[in-house]
Formats: sequence, structure tokens, C-alpha cells
Amino acid sequence: MTVSSDIPDTESWFHRNQQRIAPWLFLAPGILFFAVYVIAPVFQSFNLSLYEWDGLGEKTYVGMRNYEDLYWEYVDRDAFFTSLKNNVMWLFLYLLAIPAGLFIALFLNQTVRGIRIYKSLFFFPFVISQVVVGLVFTWFYDPNFGLLNTMLGWIGMGPINVLGNEHLVTYGIVAAGLWPQTAYCMILYLTGLNAVDPEQIEAGRLDGAKGWSMLWNIILPQLRPATFIAFVVTIIGALRSFDLISIMTQGGPFGSSRVLAYYMFEVALSEYGFRMGYGAAIAVVLFLIMLCFITYFLWSMYREEKGH
Amino acid sequence: MLSKMKTTAAAAAVASAFAVPASAELTGDLSIFLDTSNPAPRATMEAMIDRFKAEHPGLNVETTVIDREAYKTQIRNFLTANAPDVATWYAANRMRPYVEAGLFEDVSDLYAEPEIAEGLASTKGALTIDDKQWGVAYTYYQWGVYYRKDIFAELGLSEPTNWEEEKANCGKIVASGRACYTIGTKYLWTAGGWFDYLNMRTNGFDFHMDLAAGNVSWEDDRVKQTFMNWKELIDMGGFIADHQTYSWQEALPFMVNGEAASYLMGNFAVAPLREAGLTDDQLDFYQFPVINPEVALSEDAPTDTFHIPANAKNKEAAREFLRFATSPAEQTIINNGKNLGQLPVNAASSVDDDKFLQMGFEMLSNNSTGGVAQFWDRDAPAEMAKVSMEGFQEFMVKPDQMDKILAKLERARGRIYK
Repeated sequence: MTVSSDIPDTESWFHRNQQRIAPWLFLAPGILFFAVYVIAPVFQSFNLSLYEWDGLGEKTYVGMRNYEDLYWEYVDRDAFFTSLKNNVMWLFLYLLAIPAGLFIALFLNQTVRGIRIYKSLFFFPFVISQVVVGLVFTWFYDPNFGLLNTMLGWIGMGPINVLGNEHLVTYGIVAAGLWPQTAYCMILYLTGLNAVDPEQIEAGRLDGAKGWSMLWNIILPQLRPATFIAFVVTIIGALRSFDLISIMTQGGPFGSSRVLAYYMFEVALSEYGFRMGYGAAIAVVLFLIMLCFITYFLWSMYREEKGH
Repeated sequence: MLSKMKTTAAAAAVASAFAVPASAELTGDLSIFLDTSNPAPRATMEAMIDRFKAEHPGLNVETTVIDREAYKTQIRNFLTANAPDVATWYAANRMRPYVEAGLFEDVSDLYAEPEIAEGLASTKGALTIDDKQWGVAYTYYQWGVYYRKDIFAELGLSEPTNWEEEKANCGKIVASGRACYTIGTKYLWTAGGWFDYLNMRTNGFDFHMDLAAGNVSWEDDRVKQTFMNWKELIDMGGFIADHQTYSWQEALPFMVNGEAASYLMGNFAVAPLREAGLTDDQLDFYQFPVINPEVALSEDAPTDTFHIPANAKNKEAAREFLRFATSPAEQTIINNGKNLGQLPVNAASSVDDDKFLQMGFEMLSNNSTGGVAQFWDRDAPAEMAKVSMEGFQEFMVKPDQMDKILAKLERARGRIYK
């Protein structure tokens, strides 16, 4: 307050508040686009989920009917139940990418001739498109000429049709998804390992730590930021698993590999889909599931910030 | 041969008779959206449009070809937002959502013209909703059983005409270590073809259409009978294994390699089978055999169509294009073996000499008295088609689950038809 009295009255309001306004000005374009393209559509989806609409004609208000239908599909163990169950399977199984990525990173974190080439080879699956990954694994699983069945044949095991079996299909697709996701987690951990403090390792070694106890007590705590990011990207990756399903099975056989995102696409936007409101209701459910994780992520990041 | 030349000559005369006077008047822009994205159909359509341009030099024609699969979802956007003057689509229930939303132009006036009324009578029904016509057909093709003649000869089999012969044949084919039928149900619709034929042969065309319209319960005994007939073939090992993982193209090698003896498919399967090396001595065709002798034979013959969007700007030129595309002369050209290789929709045009087209034309003209269906996913509403074809696929993998599957379809029927 004492400072402001020194400033001549002629100075404009903008000049006086520059410090406070500037960040908002820089944020404005981002906030604007985020509001128009993310926040507003969220509410539009909520709104649309209360209507019945084929995407062409008039909308009819039906209240919570779409959600009731979803509930009955759940009770009847119909398509919605399958999608939800598969989403949960994806969430848990996809997390395997984190330990797998960590161990490959530990394995590659050494200084031998040509290690960069090996690192890039391990990173390779993340660089190629999901479409290609899907196709490669579809051929890998092919019951007729696929490599998997050829290899099973060597050890005398019968052919299995992974993508044609309603109990195996989701595992098969998740395995395909894990291939690039592991590479992603690996690269996160490799960068994390570069930042590990050698003095702490030295100190730990003097105290007799080695092997598992070294990893668990000294290395992993220092990798916490990398683990957090790996967790975030893996959860998000699991929830938006759409492309692999679309390419490998189209949700089949008989709809047993659908997840919520794919089911939403199917009822609202695909060749046979004309139920926009129903699709919106599925999207809302998916959004609520994501919201749990998003809240957790934001909360833990907020806590982290406060700690510093 | 002589009669064919006559019809062609007459067709050309008719075409020029009503095309010439119109040419003086048409001006402005005409925008045409096509879903014929495969190389051969694309070239055919572009050549046809070039001939149309030559007749109407004052008209500025713009053609947009969209990928066939992408088109199915894009059509909703462009019909409302940025409508062309002419768009391709499919007949029957597949056009219903757009007709009901008022996005297709009523073209009943074209069917009042004598040339079209007579020439396009056979496909008029497929394009009629609420007693009005909403577009014109430009091509259609037969479905039926394509089989390996050499395998049939080796096993001493002849073309079956009834269900008993069919099953007897299949038993012998299975005993020789082959499957009777190849099929790839990954994209579901191929199973819809089997259901069409089994249900039409078991219960007749009218029942089939009633079922598609939601008037009959899926748990009706007559529907169950259809599935029981299907089950007989499944249980004897009639279909190739793991069909749920293959597309229809991926199912072709089984037939080419002689691991399966036949394929229930549309006529478009002939081209890839020939390209894969099967000669006409190895490949032949028969009409799906009789199951219930009391019902008249009816066939699947999906029809591809042209429509004028309601928001089109140059509807006069668009109507002229529809007249042109369905004229006997153009129909003869675009459907011949070098072009689409399908059947012309105009009664005054002539069918190509190709043996499969001739057999198909003969079958549809004389031996399909019960009616002509479009195809399951075009006759049933989109949502029911999707749910039911998933059920058919599941049934083909797990035939013992019949009751459970039918109960599920019945629940879907209660929800979808209101």
C-alpha cells in the first residue's frame, strides 16, 4: 500500500495490475479453447443423454430412459455389462506395462557398446501406429497361418483361436496393447534412471543393500515421479482403448470384446448406429469412471505442489 | 443373340430420343457423391458421368468419390450440411432414416414417366416408402451358392435341389475331409445372408419380411425351425472352423485351395475367385435349394441406388442424371462384364454374356416367384440388423445356445420397434 502511493495517479489501471493480469492474458487462449472444445461438449453430452435422437430428425426428451436401458442391459448381462467388464479388465491388465517397462529399463540401463541401438529397438513398438500393431497381432493370432499357433504346434499343443474365443479375446487384445505401452513405460523409467543419485546408491551399498532391497528401498523411491507419469498414461491408455478393438475384432466375436468407448461408437456413430442419446449416456458413464482417476491424479499433483 | 442386338439398338434409340432435347436446357453445377471407391466401379461411374457431360456441355459436373465404408457414416453429415445433387445409397430400410428425416427428395414424378415406369418396375418396390419413390436403382446382383464343380465331380455329387440332397451332399463333402461351406463372419453380414436364405426357404418371403418388420416373435416356433435347419448343417461340420475371425475375403482361400466346396455369396465373389485362379470349369453356381416345398422361392438381390438429397440445389439436372443412369443403353454398358459385372435394372437393357450373370438373371426373372429381398441388413432396421447378426454369428459358433440367443433377440425386438 505504501508503494502505490508513490506511483503517479496518471498511471492506467492496466499498468497498475499488470502483474496480476499478465498470467490470465497468457492463459486466455488456452482457457477459451478448453472451454469451447472440452468443457462445453461435456455438458452437451450430459444434455444429449436425456434425449432420443437418430442424428437426423427431431430430438425427443426421454428423461433418464437411456440410463434405465443401460441398467437393464447391465442386469441382463448384455452388451453394456460386457463392455464395462472388459473396461475393468483393461484397467487392471494394462497396468502390467509398468513393472514390465521398469524391468526392461533396468536391464537396458547399462553402458555396453551399441546400447543405444538396443534401446531404440525396444522403443520401436511405441513409434509404429496402433493400426499396424493391431494388424501384426491379428496375423500373429490367426488360427490358420499365425505364428502363435505354429509355435504352439512345436510343443504339441492344439491350435487356439484367440480372437475368435469370447473368453480369450480381451486378453489377446490387451497383450497387443501392452507391447507398445511397455515400451512407453520403459522410456519413462530410462529417463528416470538417469536422474538417480549415484551418491545415494553408494551410501546404500556401504550399508549392505543389494539386489531387491537396493531396488525397493533406494532406486524405486527416487523413480516415484516416473512411476506416477507411467501410471497416469497407462490408465488413460486403458480407458481409451478403441483403435485396437476396432482393428482386431470390431468388438467381436458376438460383441464379447467391446469396451465402453467402442460400444458408444457402435450405437451412435457406426454403420448401424443411430442412437445418439444412448451413445451419449454411455459416454457419460465412461466420463464418470475417468473422473475418479482424474480427481485422484489432480489431487495427488496438488498435494505434491503443496509439499514443495 | 439377334434379339439382344435388337434390344440394344432399340435401347440406344430410346435413350437418344429423350436425352437430346433436354441437353439444350441444362446449365449450372451438378455435384455427384459416389461411394463406388473400388477401382473398377469407380472407373465405370466416371466413364458414365463423362458420357453424361458430353450430352450436356452447358452443365458443370463435379464428382466426389468417397471411400465406401466412410461414406456410410459421412452421408449423415453431408445430407444435412453440404448436400450434393445426386448421392449413391442402398434401397429398402437402409434409406428409411433419411426418408423419414426428410433428407431425400420424393422422385415419384420420375416413376410417372412411361420409360421409367416400364423399365424400372422390378425395383420400384425396393425404393418405395409410404407409397412414394425416393430414388432409382442403378445396379443389383444375385446371391446364391457358388461351388467347386471339380470337387463335386470328384465326389460324384450333383447340384442339390432340395434340403435332403443338400444335406446328403454336405455329408459326403465332410467325409472327404473338406467343409461344405466357407464363410467369414467377422463383419457379421455374411451370416445375415445365410439367415435370409434359411428363413425364406423355411417360412417364405412374407414371413421373413414380417420378421424384419418386427411383427413376429423371435421365439416363434417357425423361427426356431429355421435355426434348427441351420443347426443341422453346423452340427455336421458343414462350415469352416474359426469363421468368426475371417472377413469374407479371408474366407475365399478356403474355396480356392479346395478346403471348402462352396460359398453362399453375392455375385461380387466371382471376380476375386477368378483372379485367384479358378476357371469357369471349376466354378459354378446353383440356386439355394428348396427346404419347405410349400413356400415359393425367393432370393436376395441387393440393389444399389441413386438419390437426390432434399437440400440439392440443381434438382432438375439431378433428375436428368437419374434418367440417364437408368436408361437402357447406360444400364447395359455399366453393368456389363467389363464394368460392374452385375445385373441391369432396366427391363429394356441386356444382360452380359457372363455365365454367372446369365444364370442370376434367369433365376431372378423366372425362379424367384416369392419375392426379392434386399438383404437382411437392408430389410431390417439398422439396430435390429446389428443385434441379430451378432446373434447369428454366436449361433454359428455355439449352436446349443439357440434359446438364449433367441431370447436376447426377442428382448431387442421389444426395445427397437415401437
